[in-house]
Amino acid sequence: MNFKDTLLNGNEGLFKPASLTPMQKLALRFVVTGILFYGLTALEGMIMRVYQVKPIPTFNSEHYFSLLTAHPLVGIFGSSYSIVFGAFLFLVPFFMKKPLWSIKMGNWTFILVAGGTFVFWFSDFLTHFAPLYTLYWPLPADFTQFNPLSGSFFILGIAIVMVGTLLFVFNIFKTITYTPEGYEKVPGCAMLASATGFSWKESIFRRKSKRRENLVSLPVAAVARGTVDTLLNALIITFTGVLILVYMIAAVMGFNLEHSAIDALLYKNWFWWGLDLIADGLVLIFVAGTWYILATMISGKELYMARIARLALWVELVVSWTVWSHHLLSDQAQPGYLKVVSGELVTAFELITQGLAFFITLITLWSARPLKMTNPLKFLLGGLLGFGLAVPAGIIQADIGLNRILHNTQWIVGPHVHVAILVGLTMTLYSAIYLLLPILTNGAKLYSQKLANFHFWAHLTGGIGMGAFMGMAGLKGMLRRTIYYEGEYRIYMILAGICGALLFLAFLAFLYNIIMTVGIKGVFGIFTPAESDTKELLPENK
Amino acid sequence: MVNSELVLNGQTYAYTIYAIVVILFILGFAYQVTKPGKAGVLKTSLFVVLVVCLTVLGVSLHITTSKTIPWVPMDLNRADIKPDKVFNITVVKHQFQLPSDKLEMKKGDIVVFDVTSNDLTYGFGIFRQNKTMVCQMQVVPGHKNDLMWKFEESGTYTIRSTEYSGPEGHQMILKDVVIVNE
Ligand SMILES: [Cu+2]
Repeated sequence: MNFKDTLLNGNEGLFKPASLTPMQKLALRFVVTGILFYGLTALEGMIMRVYQVKPIPTFNSEHYFSLLTAHPLVGIFGSSYSIVFGAFLFLVPFFMKKPLWSIKMGNWTFILVAGGTFVFWFSDFLTHFAPLYTLYWPLPADFTQFNPLSGSFFILGIAIVMVGTLLFVFNIFKTITYTPEGYEKVPGCAMLASATGFSWKESIFRRKSKRRENLVSLPVAAVARGTVDTLLNALIITFTGVLILVYMIAAVMGFNLEHSAIDALLYKNWFWWGLDLIADGLVLIFVAGTWYILATMISGKELYMARIARLALWVELVVSWTVWSHHLLSDQAQPGYLKVVSGELVTAFELITQGLAFFITLITLWSARPLKMTNPLKFLLGGLLGFGLAVPAGIIQADIGLNRILHNTQWIVGPHVHVAILVGLTMTLYSAIYLLLPILTNGAKLYSQKLANFHFWAHLTGGIGMGAFMGMAGLKGMLRRTIYYEGEYRIYMILAGICGALLFLAFLAFLYNIIMTVGIKGVFGIFTPAESDTKELLPENK
Repeated sequence: MVNSELVLNGQTYAYTIYAIVVILFILGFAYQVTKPGKAGVLKTSLFVVLVVCLTVLGVSLHITTSKTIPWVPMDLNRADIKPDKVFNITVVKHQFQLPSDKLEMKKGDIVVFDVTSNDLTYGFGIFRQNKTMVCQMQVVPGHKNDLMWKFEESGTYTIRSTEYSGPEGHQMILKDVVIVNE
């Protein structure tokens, strides 16, 4: 096949969008859109990397901080949420051997998450509303700095994403508990208890001979537990968004509501409680669950210590509800006992739960030795390494003594946040994408293994390198969320910029490889309505 | 003498060594897992040892830092310690308002920076001439933000906001306003 043919029809013309079931299309829509939003996030990241080497004169601080506001939100909601939602809406029915409760609702989740992300990104792009994702009170309601109308559109975009998220949560729990037509009656409540972990005593304390089988398999339990945090988090963000909207709409109508009606510290506590349900909750739980799924699929073996893994997921869920204070270790009015118990001790549990997931995954892989070094295995090991580096970095900053000299430095956002997200989370998601690609596309063949290898090495070294150089600058006092005009940390920022460029090249190689695999016609074919209306996951003749 | 520069250097070495070990471990695993050989399954007892190690690691970090870093006990008990000097600072509209042009003290004095915000959430950080951080805290409106500190070295220090407070916030720098005399 010549280049033009491959570009249009995909590698060897193997990908036929007309053969896709509605479920395959649903999952692929999420994944493709998630990849494109990742590209947007990476591009924003690159502009900021250049700006940190040398501030661009035509590009004022308002520009810079609106980029800084949009960047993490597009990355988390537009990219990570999309890919994860798409994968799990497909995998929960896959593991439960019954159809998704509502494919239509799944498609609405897709439209709302992608559309909402576009709305807040675009309003930010046009108007430079820049309160950062932290939204520290009363900054989002400071109308001497920001226009309340532009802020309203921004918050509206976030709200649309949250509605899509709530539909996802509903769809997942409904799929776990409902009885499809013609199926044997499903014990809904017992399923829910098993999935969320509230029947944990059963599996731990009962004698082996008396123990009942778990109603829900481990991968589904992992998805369900992460989804609990997704729900709680969506409620907190929605509540906070409504509160900010009240101030904005009042201002648009000419009233000025008193900022002091909201206690800034209390607000910071509940908002970080909600945000940590993402960072220390659903991300860690979904990632651990995905590692288990990938490890068992790659090795073809049972998960090592599956019972302990199940318990650890439950502990992780409870831990994620009680760790938020590590973000308030430098708030002097925050009570000391919350700093010590929630901020330090409960947080240290993440080292244990994530460490368990790390070793259980490795031991499971080891039990199938020798394995072929496939793309899914490579990227899975990269993902494990990412969390192996980023979790201890987080434990270090969640320390009263060290936080005093690390808070808001580049250390936090480099070796901890970016290594966790770029190397840990994203490489885990890439592993899942490479693994699911043939299943979701009815046998499309990857265009180039050389490009996949380049994607792997450039992403891994770029991600770790960028985190390392940001971390070094942070330990030398470089702050995040600010601009340096005198070239203060230039050498570190040049090195971090080179690593960032490597990450960006890795993404371009991956994007090109995927487009050449499915073809441009294939990409568009994913977004047209499916020809069959089957509720099955895969075409029947397969 | 333990100051924040020493702690930062110690952390740099400790974490770098850790990172190299983890990277080598995963590389070694990747190499070995593709080699033919017996796939021995790890014994349960060994697995338990692993978990205990993780627990000890997690908890001992905080115990070690609270025993070795001098500003931790001072911070937790600052209500009961009588300072040698208190500096009352106000922040409003992205401006620090100091009680005097320069904040002067003697080396070894226990001082308190009591910072009040009249509008937004800010940060308050003190930096050395070489730009490394001495210490910082958050400045939350409607609350008492007091940072107790003991300077171990004489010299001149810069104040800078360490928290984002809108696009104007990055200019909140007061150069060389803290003076610690011998
Ligand atoms: Cu956190």
